[in-house]
Order: sequence, then C-alpha cells, then structure tokens
Amino acid sequence: MDLHFGDSKPTDDERAAVDALLGPPESSWEGADRSDADLRWARGGRAARDRRDLLLPGLHAINDRVGWISDGALDYLCRRLTVPPAEAYGVATFYAMFSVKPRPATVLHVCTDLACAAAGASELCAGIESRLGPGSGVHVERSPCLGLCERAPAALAIRAGDPVRTAVSAPATVRDAVLAASAPDSAPEEPPAAMAVPQAGDPALTLLGRVGVVDPASLDDYRAHGGYTALRRAFDLGPAGVIREVTDSGLVGRGGAAFPTGRKWQATASQPDHPHYLVCNADESEPGTFKDRVLMEGDPYALVEAMTIAAYATGAHRGYLYLRGEYPRAIRRVQYAIDQARARGLLGDDVLGQGYVFDIEIRRGAGAYICGEETALFNSIEGYRGEPRSKPPFPVEKGLFGKPTVENNVETLVNVLPILTMGAPAYAAIGTGRSTGPKLFCVSGSVDRPGIYELPFGATLGEVLELAGVRPGLRAVLLGGAAGGFVRPDELGIPLTFEGTREAGTTLGSGVVMAFDGTVPLPRLLLRIAEFFRDESCGQCVPCRVGTVRQEEALRRIAERTGAAAADDIALLRDVGRAMRDASICGLGQTAWNAVESAIDRLGAYE
Amino acid sequence: MTVTPLGIPRRLLEFTLDGQEARVPEGSTILDACRAAGKDIPTLCEGDTLTPKNACRVCVVEVEGARTLVPACSRRAEPGMEVRTDTERARHSRRIVLELLASSVDLSTTPKVAGWIKEYEAKPDRFGPDAARLNEEPRVDNDLYVRDYDKCILCYKCVDACGDQWQNTFAISVAGRGFDARIAVEHDAPLTDSACVYCGNCVEVCPTGALSFKSEFDMRAAGTWDESAQTETTTVCAYCGVGCNLTLHVQDNEIVKVTSPHDNPVTHGNLCIKGRFGYQHVQNRG
Repeated sequence: MDLHFGDSKPTDDERAAVDALLGPPESSWEGADRSDADLRWARGGRAARDRRDLLLPGLHAINDRVGWISDGALDYLCRRLTVPPAEAYGVATFYAMFSVKPRPATVLHVCTDLACAAAGASELCAGIESRLGPGSGVHVERSPCLGLCERAPAALAIRAGDPVRTAVSAPATVRDAVLAASAPDSAPEEPPAAMAVPQAGDPALTLLGRVGVVDPASLDDYRAHGGYTALRRAFDLGPAGVIREVTDSGLVGRGGAAFPTGRKWQATASQPDHPHYLVCNADESEPGTFKDRVLMEGDPYALVEAMTIAAYATGAHRGYLYLRGEYPRAIRRVQYAIDQARARGLLGDDVLGQGYVFDIEIRRGAGAYICGEETALFNSIEGYRGEPRSKPPFPVEKGLFGKPTVENNVETLVNVLPILTMGAPAYAAIGTGRSTGPKLFCVSGSVDRPGIYELPFGATLGEVLELAGVRPGLRAVLLGGAAGGFVRPDELGIPLTFEGTREAGTTLGSGVVMAFDGTVPLPRLLLRIAEFFRDESCGQCVPCRVGTVRQEEALRRIAERTGAAAADDIALLRDVGRAMRDASICGLGQTAWNAVESAIDRLGAYE
Repeated sequence: MTVTPLGIPRRLLEFTLDGQEARVPEGSTILDACRAAGKDIPTLCEGDTLTPKNACRVCVVEVEGARTLVPACSRRAEPGMEVRTDTERARHSRRIVLELLASSVDLSTTPKVAGWIKEYEAKPDRFGPDAARLNEEPRVDNDLYVRDYDKCILCYKCVDACGDQWQNTFAISVAGRGFDARIAVEHDAPLTDSACVYCGNCVEVCPTGALSFKSEFDMRAAGTWDESAQTETTTVCAYCGVGCNLTLHVQDNEIVKVTSPHDNPVTHGNLCIKGRFGYQHVQNRG
C-alpha cells in the first residue's frame, strides 16, 4: 500500500505520547528528522503491517496525553504503524471516549443510564452543566452506564496529561462531581470494592470469597487464601483433564449467551491451526452490570490465575484482557496483579516452574458497548473498527488475528477456580441440574443494599430482591440489562436459572436485577434504553442502524400517550423490532427491542 | 474472445430450496443457488466482484434450525440445509429493511429498488414526516466524480474496492458510528487532500448512485441524463499495454461515463484514472 499523509505535524506532546508507547522513530519515514541513513532504511510487508493492533493503544496514548486526537497526531501514529490515515480516522471516530475535535483536557462523564436515571441523574446532570459551562475547562459528557450502579448516580472525570488522572464521584452530588472534575488529584478515594458486596466476609461465598478479605494488591495474601491451588491442580490434570473437569462441571458462559464453556475450550484446543489465543472479555458495558468490575478490583489475582488455566487448557500462550476504558481502577489493579505475577514466575516463560509459557496483555476499550460482542472485540484489538464479523466462521476456528480463539467473560473464568479446587462433581452439585454453580447478580435500583450478590443458581427473583432489601412500591424489575426484559412485581417466583427465566419468557442475561419503583415513569426508562441502543449501534447493518433510530422516534412520540393514541406506534415498534431481531448481524440489534417489547406485553406500558 | 477460466472442478452438494431439491457446486452461496434456480432475491450490498459484506440484510432467507434469518449473499449452502426464501418472516424483514432505507436515504437513483418497494408493499412514509434522514449535501470537490452521501446506504462496497479487495489505496473508510456513520477520507477532508488516486473503482461498484461521474451528476442536475438514449460500447483502453476493457456510455455522441465489464477475468471491472476518466481527448473537437 502506498500511504498518503497530509501536511499536519504532531505537537511535541503528541509525539512524546506516541513515542512513549512505540519507542522513538527509527527514520524520517517514521517521522524522525531526515538523515542519510534514511536512504538505506526500509520496513515493509508483514513487519510493518503486523503492528496494526497497536493502533488502539496509540489512540489511547494521544487521547490520554492531550485529551483529543488532532490530524497531526493521527497522521504521526499512522506513519509509525503503517496504517492508512483514512482507516485510523474511521477507528478513532468509532469510540465514544475519543474526540477528533478539540476539547478541554478534562472530560466529566456523567452517567444518565437506567440506575442513575432512577437516582436523579437528570437533575445532577443539569446542575453540573450549569456549573461547568463553556470556559470552565471541563467538557461534560452524558454517558451510558458507567458500571457504578450500586452507587448511583455516578460520574467519572478523566483529565488528560502525563500521567492521565481519573476520579470517580459516586454517589455523586453536583458539588462532588464538580470537585472531581476540577481537581481529580484531591478527590476523595473511592470506597473499597468490598463495599459493592453486601455479603462480603460470608465464608459461604465461592466467587466473592476473597473480595474484602484479601488485600487486592498482595499476591502473598491471595496465595494465603487458596490462590494458585487451582493452577497447580490444572498442571496435575493436564490440558485434557482440565477441559474434562470444566465440561463435567456444567459451566456455561456468564456473559449472557450461556454457551457451555467446556465445549468451547475443547473446540479451540482441538484446532490444528496455531497459535491459539485466549481472550478475556471484560468490556462489561451492559447497563446495570458491574460484577466483573468488582471481581477485578477486589480479587484481581483470581482472574490472572483463571486466565492462565484457560490458556493452558486450550493451548494458548498469549492472553488478551479486553477491559472497559471506563474502569480505571480495575485496569490499575489487574495491571499491577499481572506485573506481580510475572515477577514471581506465575506468568512468563516458565509458569510455576512447569515449562509452560503464558503472558497476559491488557487492552483498554474506549467506549463502545458493541465491543462486548465477541467478534467486534477481536476487530477492536486488531486495530479495526469494532464491528461484529459474520459467523460462521466461529471464533474457536477463526478468532483473534484469524486464529483459533477462546473468549470468555470474567465471571465465567473465575468460576474455573472452584471447579478445579472442589472438583467437578461438587461444583455441579451447586445450583440446579441444568444451571450449575454459583451466580453473581448485580442488584441495583430501588433496593436498600444494592451490590453484587452471590447465590447458587435456582434462587428466585424474590429471594435476591429480599436479600438486597427491596423497597416498597416495586413497579417493575429489569432482568439482564438493556438487552434483557422487564418482569412484573407479581412474578418474583421466577427461578433465576437459564432454563427458569427462559420458561418464564424472559432472560437472565448477564445477571442484572434492577428494581424500579414509580419515581421514573416507565416510558422515560424505555426511551433511555432506546437511546442507548441508537447510540451504541455500530451502524454496520440496516435493521439495527436505522431500526434503533426509528424505535427511539416512536417511543419519543408516545412518551405521553396511552391506549388508542399509542396503538399505531406500538404496531410500528413491533414491526421494526421483529426485523431487528430476525435480520440484524449481531446480538446488539437482535436484542435492541427486547426490553421495550417486554414492557409493552408484560407490564402493559402505554395501556 | 474472452477465455473464462473454469477452475478446479467442484463437487455438487444437495440441499432443499423452497421445497425443491437444489444441486450447486461446493462453496456456492444460497444466493448463487437461488439465481441458478431462477429465483429473484433483492440485493443491495452484494457485488459480483467483491466478498459479500452482508450489511444491508435485504437478501435474508429462512434456514431451518437457525435462530435468526441468514443473509443469502454470504451464507454458503450446506448439504441437507433447508432454505425458504419466500416465507412471511423473510418477506417481513425485507419489507422493513426497504422501509428503513427508503425513509432515511435518497434511493431515487438506485436501480430496481422502486420495484421491490412495490413488490414488498413497503411504506417508507409510515415513520412520519419527522423521521431522521441522512441530510447530506453532494460533495463536489473535484472534476471527476461526485460523492452524494444522501444516497449512501453504507454497503461498504466502495471501501472494500478502495481497500484490500482491489485497489489497495485505502483512501476511504467508514467513520463515526451508528446512524451517524458515513464514508469519509481521513479527517473528513475534501477528496483532493486525501490518498484518492481517482481510479473510480468505487464508482464502479456503488449500487445507489451515491458515487457518480461528474458528467452524470451535472447532466442529472440539468435534467438531460437519459439512459434510454445511451449506447454502451465495449472497447479496449488505448493508454497502456495492459489492454483493459472499457465500456463507453455514449449519449448524443458524447461519452458520458466509462465502466468496465465485471466478468473480465483480468480486471474484474477495475480501471485506473486514465481508462476511467481520460476520455476527453476523444471528443475534443475544437
């Protein structure tokens, strides 16, 4: 390819940010000063193009340092990575956290999603916007779910610089949020992750057992509390033995699709093509979901160990952890845990002295719900727009970099540790026959004790809500997040299992249980869900790209209407919703109408 | 004479298409099978010279056992598959896709689409007068071709033709996300500041007329564009020794645009700037 660059030059800051990631440029072809040596310098072909996957980290580096991505900075990054500027521009404009237009160095993301909306986000936002208008040096951005639902309403301030600084304000007041944005360094420290786990310290906990008990920074503490016994067992069993245990345990994916993990691992392990990759999906963006954040903040070594086991079982030597960009504390803690593990020989060229090679790299998302879709995530890591690929081929055959890849959610992987320590039969005895093991539920909204709850599969919705102290006046419960569905307050007997929710005509999804009283009118919530899907649609296929817009328009029209006055638009919603479900490429479009449909059919919204 | 390479003989596989047995060579798509059986499935983003992107979803069909509908253009036929092309479910999705596109994009120069809208009884007006549209103005920033993104259905064909599938220039990409996604060069600059080499291979594959020759754009604006009065003459480009085929579209003894036969085994419809746009000397009669 013959790359074309404009005349824009990077500023010193922008250049330094890119060079800090990629090292200094080797030649004027890469943007250094001209010298005679340039005549004898060439880098082409695979060696040049194979660094495309550094595009997203490069964009992050610029955005972290300067707060936005200028023409000159983008061109310089493209020169360094041999990426066509048009493609890089397409990637940079794909992500909500990047801007290709100048903006202040500080961006305050104020969550206006479901849990925060119910906790007064619109007043909060209005208050913040009146205090931080133009000229304040802070750009206020209304944001989709920040994954801080247990402390709603939430705000996240990001101040570009060297280093980039972040501050979380949750539960946020106008004063706190403004303070976090104007002085992120002096904002109060976030409460410990265990605050999000009301059951913390309960010895019966399996997945959350160490959250709030161990120091999340201390590897010794982790090992003293049973850490790395599962990996030892894995080495004793061998890869095939580990897959057998996981298959026998009945573990299914916790990200929402409930695919049997053992089968996925087996399918990847048996692929003749090499190398194999492991990808951990920590791009937790489903509104109302925050379990993966709490796991990574409260027990980061567990994820490192679980990833090592998964990679060992499937024959992978490289693991990518794709972590949501809105989770700065989780990124810091897991990065520290990875560094510690590497320093102690638990990652690297000789894991645990067993001669097994494995390492983990964190890749940071940049604000795109769609990147939680497994193939969109591969594209994002590879430095392309985070658009889903069409399947088949499936990831186990052609995944990351076109190679066999096993991709699991954080919670799924963490379940592997108890499977190996207690053994498959004991694990399978937890829960119900078809949904085995413990499950994490993200409870938020109209409850006294919001947070992550660990219960064996089979607990009813009512039991979970009771545990969290549901407040009187319950009007509706949203299961599974924006892609899930609403149920009525008289349906609390629904068993929270994959088969139980399916029989009840709803979904468990990622384990979101969001309770709503009458504070926010239901049509307002539905409109927020529709806005979410419109904003997050990647735009690749027509049913989703235009359908989500038409859905939002119709819901806006009938926000104040009922009965016959809404009937035409409801018929239209059904028509569009059905086509989105049937004809969209990926799960985003296929589920974009679920919650609205359930609200109309189950809750009788607009009647 | 054009020699068509036959390739390695392929095995035939059998599956059921609308209740009838269909036999197609291994590797064929459902769409190939439909066309071989004489069934008309609407397509927009599918291109005969490109790998299917299956973005428009207007060709969806029902496959027994599949949770969702599948795009006929890219799903390969498998032995024993049961495919139905004309079910209520498939027709519903096609109708909605047509309504969604026609209500947001200017389809006035998209061939065949008016017939499909009629056939599927699509009613693009049902979304009301306030339904969001693309609302793009034509970009006239060079003398050779015009980008009218109000007519763009985001089929990705121009991006694929400019990128790794044919031209390897990578001058354009999809930028932005969702309904705001648009085809753009770097920094959304004018074409003249981009990597574009004006081969026009994007114009060749554009299914909606969003990309068109400046000559065609101007004539349409003046109301003088008349395809029924045009002749098409396929000849050989005289510029270099490659010998690409050119199809000259002539109206009133003037060349109004140049295309290239897609079935040419060497060039597959692709040209360079000289063959595509360098025809003015032919009609310089001054």
